[in-house]
Amino acid sequence: MHPAPSVIIFTVLSGIGFGLLGFLGLGFPSVTGWAAFAFFAIAYLLAVGGLLASTLHLGNPQRALRAFTQWRTSWLSREGWFAVATLLIMAVYGAGLVFFETRLMALGWIGAVLSLATIYATSMIYGQLKTVPRWNHWTTSLLFLGYSLTGGALLSGNTTMATYLLAALGVVQFVYWTLGDKRFADRGHSQGTATGLGGLGDVRMLEPPHTGTNYLLKEMVYRIGRKHAQKLRVIGILLMSVVPFALLVTLDAGHLIGAVVVLLHLAGAFVTRWLFFAEAEHVVGLYYGK
Amino acid sequence: MTSLPTETAKKLGLVIDLDTCVGCHACVVACKGWNTQGYGAPLSDQDPYGESPSGTFLNRVHSFEVKPAEAPAQLVHFPKSCLHCDDAPCVTVCPTGASYKRAEDGIVLVNEDACIGCGLCAWACPYGAREMDQAEGVMKKCTLCVDRIYNENLPEVDREPACVRTCPSGARHFGDFADEESYVSKLVAERGGFDLMPELGTKPVNKYLPPRPKDQAVEEFDILAPLLEPIATDAGGFLGWLDKALERI
Repeated sequence: MHPAPSVIIFTVLSGIGFGLLGFLGLGFPSVTGWAAFAFFAIAYLLAVGGLLASTLHLGNPQRALRAFTQWRTSWLSREGWFAVATLLIMAVYGAGLVFFETRLMALGWIGAVLSLATIYATSMIYGQLKTVPRWNHWTTSLLFLGYSLTGGALLSGNTTMATYLLAALGVVQFVYWTLGDKRFADRGHSQGTATGLGGLGDVRMLEPPHTGTNYLLKEMVYRIGRKHAQKLRVIGILLMSVVPFALLVTLDAGHLIGAVVVLLHLAGAFVTRWLFFAEAEHVVGLYYGK
Repeated sequence: MTSLPTETAKKLGLVIDLDTCVGCHACVVACKGWNTQGYGAPLSDQDPYGESPSGTFLNRVHSFEVKPAEAPAQLVHFPKSCLHCDDAPCVTVCPTGASYKRAEDGIVLVNEDACIGCGLCAWACPYGAREMDQAEGVMKKCTLCVDRIYNENLPEVDREPACVRTCPSGARHFGDFADEESYVSKLVAERGGFDLMPELGTKPVNKYLPPRPKDQAVEEFDILAPLLEPIATDAGGFLGWLDKALERI
């Protein structure tokens, strides 16, 4: 799949933003006044910034409000609703903390649950697609929730929690890759089933429908990423999990180390999220012999 | 509404005969021609006369080689357009309701005025039947020529999809699959019509007919063979001398 920068930025940043909102909603850290303002400002910048980035890849963003109408069937629509509900409820909760030094506990809990629901809905936009076997698995949701919670724990300064989550996320990412590598073949998709001619013999693409490229090939048969995938996997997992984990375990976490760890994790998350798209194989490639 | 209808009164669709298709791409051209000038956004091309032309098409013809274990390889031309699936995954993922399947005849359509161009429906389609128009930013797909098949301004003979109307080899057929007595239903039953990627559970309405089995060349007695044998394998006399002389040159 084509790794569109807008979608990578959206999923990574808004994921971390909603993760941070989740921790703030639960009262970790329990901050008020200006400190609370700073935390909420960061969370909203990430969450809203990510959501805005996601509209950049739309062909007609001026109609984006229509995306709220189909929540009965569409995960993309549900994500919109969960995101707006989270942002509204956490705004009231945040205002209580910042301006009135009051923690509206129930509202915070609801906001935290909605934050998780938003991330889950984002993950299901990809996880629902049977056409992309690598994504079409519950580990996709686990992965997205893992990145969100880890980023949220790091940004909210829950160092102990972040340390555990960094280790767990490394494992989840590794498992996701290992299971995902086999799934396309396991599902039994081949040029034989794609053309229905598999029963007659070996099917091979002889001539594509056109000499140039097209939208389908650009969008769904992106193959450049697969060349350096193994190297990028190692770089990604080192940056987003192993090195931050080692730093947090060996050094006392001050603001400087904290900042370094957050930046490393973020860089690693961008690498692995790029791979999440670039490595995903769409079944339509079978019609193009790929 | 992007919920799928539980049942459609008609199931309009195509039968594509892989045995008869000669791969002339006339259906591709007819489709592009009709659908670029009818309803909605035209089917744009990018860099059409330049070095790397590309464009929006609703129907494309692929060509595959099938190599049976004990027979020579054969060429199969493979036209592919929207299959108007009963369980269309492209419809349910749409966040805006632009994508829908009609309850009356089962045609899957896009309301371009409501399409935000997110591209998720194209991701959800296994068959590559949806293409985002790069000029308009809206999703384009086969409409089964909905503006032809019910169009009373056209002569009756033209009230079928442009690809079917134009096919010179009769490889494309249009009809109602809900009616078991229809020509297309009978054709599918007779020739063993099949679904593409049935493992994905999309329940396509369009069916494909397999290539008919080819005759195999068999070793058999050729009555002319003895007469065509060389008469003399080691010729003597003048011919023998000529043969040797020519070889020596």
